[in-house]
Amino acid sequence: MEIMMAILAGFLFSAATYLILSKSLLRIIIGTGLLSHGTHLLLLTMGGLGGKSAPVVADGVTVADYVDPLPQALILTAIVISFGVTAFALVLAYRTYQEIGTDNMDYMKGRGEID
Amino acid sequence: MKLINLVVLPIIVPLFIGTVLLLFRKSLLAQRALGLFGAAATLVVSLFLLAKVAEDGIQVVTLGSWAAPYGISLVSDMLSILLVATASLLTLLVLWYSVYSLGEKRELSFFYPATLFMLTGINGAFTTGDIFNLFVFFEVFLMASYVLIALGGERIQLRESMKYIIVNVVAAALFVITIGYLYSITGTLNMADLAVKLGDIGSMGVISTVAIMFLVVFGIKAGIFPLYFWLPGSYYAPPLPVLALFGALLTKVGIYSITRVYTLIFTTDVAFTHDMLMMLAIATILFGSIGALAYMDVKKIIIYNIVIAVGVILFGVAAFNEVAVTGSVLYLIHDMLVKALLFLMIGVLIFITGKTNLREMGGLIRHYPVLGWTYLVAVFALAGIPPLSGFAGKILILQGGLEGGFVWQSIVVALSTMVVLLSAIRIFIYAFWGAEKSFNSPPKAKYVNRMIPVVILFVITMGYGVFIEFLMPLFQATGTQLMDSSLYIDAVLGGEK
Repeated sequence: MEIMMAILAGFLFSAATYLILSKSLLRIIIGTGLLSHGTHLLLLTMGGLGGKSAPVVADGVTVADYVDPLPQALILTAIVISFGVTAFALVLAYRTYQEIGTDNMDYMKGRGEID
Repeated sequence: MKLINLVVLPIIVPLFIGTVLLLFRKSLLAQRALGLFGAAATLVVSLFLLAKVAEDGIQVVTLGSWAAPYGISLVSDMLSILLVATASLLTLLVLWYSVYSLGEKRELSFFYPATLFMLTGINGAFTTGDIFNLFVFFEVFLMASYVLIALGGERIQLRESMKYIIVNVVAAALFVITIGYLYSITGTLNMADLAVKLGDIGSMGVISTVAIMFLVVFGIKAGIFPLYFWLPGSYYAPPLPVLALFGALLTKVGIYSITRVYTLIFTTDVAFTHDMLMMLAIATILFGSIGALAYMDVKKIIIYNIVIAVGVILFGVAAFNEVAVTGSVLYLIHDMLVKALLFLMIGVLIFITGKTNLREMGGLIRHYPVLGWTYLVAVFALAGIPPLSGFAGKILILQGGLEGGFVWQSIVVALSTMVVLLSAIRIFIYAFWGAEKSFNSPPKAKYVNRMIPVVILFVITMGYGVFIEFLMPLFQATGTQLMDSSLYIDAVLGGEK
């Protein structure tokens, strides 16, 4: 199972890299979304996929049965953050499109000087 | 008076006041007054905490009273509280400066709340003792910095902020991946606990890999070679007060994080990890020097000087002995002060001339002697001419580097001083000397208004250099705490009474 998850995360990373390297702003933002999905999957896998029951003290459940709750808490936090950043990036991309009149990164070159 | 939770205050004071500010978005007076008050209040509580840490040693708060490796610890040792206090001071002065210079439209577009939220994130990143919590605080100040860099919505700002966001999102993903790897190796996220666990494991290939991944993640924030590619373009875009905040504070969070993980956590394979850091630090100095000499644009020159300073500070960290690390901390605080000062002065210069290209300036010294001469002295401080503020840090860094046997690297660091001096003094020569060129002589009152915070920061920076002898005990304590990681570990893990 861990191997499957690792391959899936790797697939998401490669798709994300492909999209981020493309020229369209919207594709780049979708790429960053995929990148964070891959990251969360990796984080889940890193905590180990075993465990049968929720980590709550109850009758007949021993520590060995617990699933590791920490990666889930981390993923929840990371999802919220990447959601916020993606929303902001979409709004900013729309404003950029309105102002500059293009979503093609080729026309947004420059080292900071005013064109 | 017993103040156990003092450590939390530099984080929640700006957060709270920033939130309140969101409610008064139409009132310019409320924005300015509360914004300045928020920064001032943060400064006061951080100075209180500084006194407390200097007296009683490392302060620890575990949130919700969950004992150390399980709960999230906030740890205030000398390094973190010195940086928190400096960051709060600079935010206050830059906000003061922006009252006169930013323009009403931008001031009413959530400038003050965003700055206070950024201060929240920065102070949190300096204080936290949990590596995932560090990621969260990184995102807090990055989110605020996205708002600040796009503030005003000019063409160049929108174009550059898009790149800035994409670079930082990729860096954030890499950060989480690295944390995931570290968690799978050690099963903990508490920095002190990590230090103990990795110390037990000892040297191992995969740990060095994780260490280098952290260097990449933090290096993107700090702007080390070859990861500083985004920095000159993005920092060029926002208005001057925002640039001053970014230049003085944001890269320093990256440097702090590298210093923290490379002195506390990854100390088992110093020969590999710290040598890598050393090489990158030297390369950073060289490429920053090329950039600083190549441009005739005042903003670009100072921006590339940030890159040089990053290299110098990390050289001290990489040399990894007490003298060099103490010097690095001294130089880090100096650099925050002097970079903010220089950016604000450049801001006044651009305000007077209306231009950023040096070739179009000249002869200002007759009309603006105060700006001219303070700028010259500030440049001397930047380069580290005794007894000004850059000197003490640099000499300790060099001494530590030579003691560690890094001879030619130390020579590069010493020579970089010349480049710094030359690049910054060119601004003085071109803009203040020479034939008078046309400039839009603005009203005297506006110039004086802007100069007040600049002169105050100038006096503080000079004081930091001249009276460094009185502050030395604080920095020696910092160096001791950084090199003897057991102090930090005991404070977090063993300090539960």
